[in-house]
Amino acid sequence: MKILPSHEELKIKSKPSWKELLPGGIIPEPATSRFYLTGDWRSFRPVIDKNKCIRCGLCWTYCPDMAIRKTSEGFYEVNLDYCKGCGICAEECPVKAITMVEEEE
Amino acid sequence: MARRIAIECSHAASLAVKLARVDVIAAYPITPQTHIVEKLSEYIANGELDAEYINVESEHSALSACIGASATGARVFTATAGQGLALMHEMLFIAAGNRLPIVMAVANRSLSPNLSIWGDQSDTMASRDCGWITFYAENAQEIFDLIIQAFKIAEDEKVMLPVMVCFDGFYVTHVIEPLITLNQEEVDKFLPPRKIPKYALHPDHPTTWGPIGLPEIQTELRKQHDHALRNSKFVIKDVWREFGEMFGRWYDVFEPYRMEDADIAFLLMGGSCGTAKAAVDKLREKGEKVGLLKLRMFRPFPFEELLNFTKEIKALAVVDKAISIGGVGGPLFSEIRSALYSLEDKPKVLGFVAGIGGRDVTINDFIGIYEKTKKVLAGEKIENDFMFLQVREE
Repeated sequence: MKILPSHEELKIKSKPSWKELLPGGIIPEPATSRFYLTGDWRSFRPVIDKNKCIRCGLCWTYCPDMAIRKTSEGFYEVNLDYCKGCGICAEECPVKAITMVEEEE
Repeated sequence: MARRIAIECSHAASLAVKLARVDVIAAYPITPQTHIVEKLSEYIANGELDAEYINVESEHSALSACIGASATGARVFTATAGQGLALMHEMLFIAAGNRLPIVMAVANRSLSPNLSIWGDQSDTMASRDCGWITFYAENAQEIFDLIIQAFKIAEDEKVMLPVMVCFDGFYVTHVIEPLITLNQEEVDKFLPPRKIPKYALHPDHPTTWGPIGLPEIQTELRKQHDHALRNSKFVIKDVWREFGEMFGRWYDVFEPYRMEDADIAFLLMGGSCGTAKAAVDKLREKGEKVGLLKLRMFRPFPFEELLNFTKEIKALAVVDKAISIGGVGGPLFSEIRSALYSLEDKPKVLGFVAGIGGRDVTINDFIGIYEKTKKVLAGEKIENDFMFLQVREE
């Protein structure tokens, strides 16, 4: 479910040398944090059970990373590019429709 | 044409800042620095200087305002002393790490406790690792010249670092001295307006400054900063050469005084160099082979320049107006000695702490330092290579 190109595709070096960094490490364009896929940090992944979901949107409200979005059917899905696996959505879900499943390599 | 006037040293700093046509000044008054920014606010109020004076509630805010202004491409000045510099500490690193060419005058003042408004160098020495270019001035002329030069050095695109010009509180700041001024036309020729950098802060072209520094980035940023500060030396020397060619006043990292055939040299920074020169003259009259190495540039640290002088001498008496409490000695002493450590043939280095909290450092103090150094060279055993002078033991 990747929505953004990778560092390789964008030709952005994720580990530049000290000579390649702009003086002081300034980032010359806005919103480049989109290219930093924090989903890599995750060890548990939220899985939403559509059969239990009441479409209340509390998972969307509480997600500290805006990694949950609304689908056209009014359900919610997880953007795994950014979801760090914190589990707040699962904790807050009033009908326990979200389960944290361990990521396996 | 150059004009010789009498001026309070603080006002020599203000005059240099005015002639540099700064855009923004943000400062908080603190003794013994207050006269500098007081004069600048007068210049602005009188319409003699077209700049924005930002009144702030603390030194932390003063430097924060300078950081924002400098990031937009403005020419920025601030001044502080003692506790004010300590309160700026966090922002000192941010100004330097974000590579912002702010110029700051520091009227050196002792740190609390006890509450001392009097001069010593413990304030700037406690900030020595913040990554600023750091100059120490002896008199009004050096303050005036170094501040004008500082803007040109700081704003050079090979440098892009803030510069501190330090001078002793009261002993220098509040003294009226002769000064050869420059007129506006001369300064304009030497120091053109600041070029707006490509990535200057602007709402139309958002840029991010000081974002999160993950472990993958921070090492490279520090290396880049260290490299820039070390290499600023070449630009500093170019600027000094250009200044000398234009105005006939020549600057260098060290100002040697009567160093020809000297066996022992005093090495120090700031206002007490004048007293040390008088002590050298007195000792020379008696036939003693002694000279002075006045150091103007503490960061970048002058490794190569130091070696040019230390080959021929037998001992260096380093005089610190600050103490690294519980450390190897005064900060200048420990850096000078460690810089010489790897040499096969090196002079004896002795450290003396004097002039703490505005205690007078007299000609006789320097003569005493010389005599002690001479005795140690002759074989006198001492407990420690570093000595705390002027202390009442009983």
